[in-house]
Amino acid sequence: MDIGYYPGCSLTGTAKEYDQSIRRVFSELGINLVELDDWSCCGATSAHATNHLLSVALPARNLSLAKKQGLKEIFIPCAACYNRFVVAKYEMEKNPGLKKRVEEMIEEKADTDIGIVNMVEMFQRIDKELILAKRQKELKGFKVAAYYGCLLVRPNSITQFDDAEMPTSMEEIIKLTGAEPVDWNFKVECCGASHSITNMNVVLTLSKRIIDDAAENGAEAIIVACPMCHSNLDMRQRNISKQDSQHKNMPILYLSELIGLSLGLDKESLGLGLHFTDTEPVLSRFSTAIVAKE
Amino acid sequence: MTLADEIEELTGINPLKCYQCGKCSAGCPVRIFMKVSPNKVVRLVQLGLDDEALKSETIWMCAGCLTCSTRCPQNFDLAKFMDALKEIAIKKGVITRKDILKFHKAFLKQIEANGKAFEFGLIRDYKLATFNLFQDMDIAPEMFFKGKIKLFPHKIKNRDAIKKIFDKANKE
Repeated sequence: MDIGYYPGCSLTGTAKEYDQSIRRVFSELGINLVELDDWSCCGATSAHATNHLLSVALPARNLSLAKKQGLKEIFIPCAACYNRFVVAKYEMEKNPGLKKRVEEMIEEKADTDIGIVNMVEMFQRIDKELILAKRQKELKGFKVAAYYGCLLVRPNSITQFDDAEMPTSMEEIIKLTGAEPVDWNFKVECCGASHSITNMNVVLTLSKRIIDDAAENGAEAIIVACPMCHSNLDMRQRNISKQDSQHKNMPILYLSELIGLSLGLDKESLGLGLHFTDTEPVLSRFSTAIVAKE
Repeated sequence: MTLADEIEELTGINPLKCYQCGKCSAGCPVRIFMKVSPNKVVRLVQLGLDDEALKSETIWMCAGCLTCSTRCPQNFDLAKFMDALKEIAIKKGVITRKDILKFHKAFLKQIEANGKAFEFGLIRDYKLATFNLFQDMDIAPEMFFKGKIKLFPHKIKNRDAIKKIFDKANKE
């Protein structure tokens, strides 16, 4: 199966292990990711926070590129990019005047018929039996908290993905690895997002609450599908530890890394060594648990 | 034109639609960091207290998590309303949190120049603009050695297209 692939800026830098594990896992599962040629930034938070037209035009340029390159769908693993694309499409569909102005800006026809697929939806499309058949390790007894954050599920009327308050789709994917998703309270709470640089205290407070709730409910790791969530929960956990000597490290894994582990892929190819919060406690537990093949 | 009219023109949201139930502020994750709650900012606009609304720090503290927009019984997209207030405040030069605007500008400057975000340039420009020089100096070397921050930007081929988009967006 071929599908368009828009990595987004984070996956070329701070979240490069997300890109690495995605490419490795999907190649293992027989999916051909066709990277959008000459893709550009979606503008993320800074565009929509300061200039509405810009925030629609930047994703629109990429949608036009996808159309020209013959792609019907684009897989967007970054939840923030995913959200900007889905919202830009929705706003242009609802508002023909806006679409016209955007077309003047990008000097192209704006295409709104390109499908946008997020990380969880990508795994939902793959035959469960295939993942189970390819599984090399059963992560049995591994308790994890599925963290959706904000931008995959909200605003639900636009993303049309799962449920805004109580999503469960990521848990279904996690169960394929043998890991056990825990029931917890903060799966759709905000980590503070782009306040990481400008108001770090906001991020430390919100991220700590998320990590603490996951720990209180028995999770040994948090599973994410967003580079911004990852950077706030993983990298900023260093700052949380500095403020709180009692803090116990919580490994933060991308969903693609978790699936990769169960497929038997090694630490290096999944980029697990690139995290700031040690993932070794997770890895060491599953070094021996090989699934008995029937 | 009143601020309420300007917001409606920019977003299609009629500020009078809000009946002040406060559900947005109850669920807002950054409410604890705000002096004025999100629903009160809407009230300021409803009452025509335009300056107070534009000057409130709340519009800059909104993290854009969309919890309010999702829960509002009136389908009032409050996150979009906050974005519109920032956009209008920028046009009028009423900037309560200059540091946050400097961050957005540093981010967008890299996109305008390269077509993609460039973290090293973003952080460098932001630090120079705010004199916040020492934050994160402890993790910076590790970011670099892990290959998560590069010293030179990756530039897209068709940078002209991006330049045109920015020029037109800034002209509006």
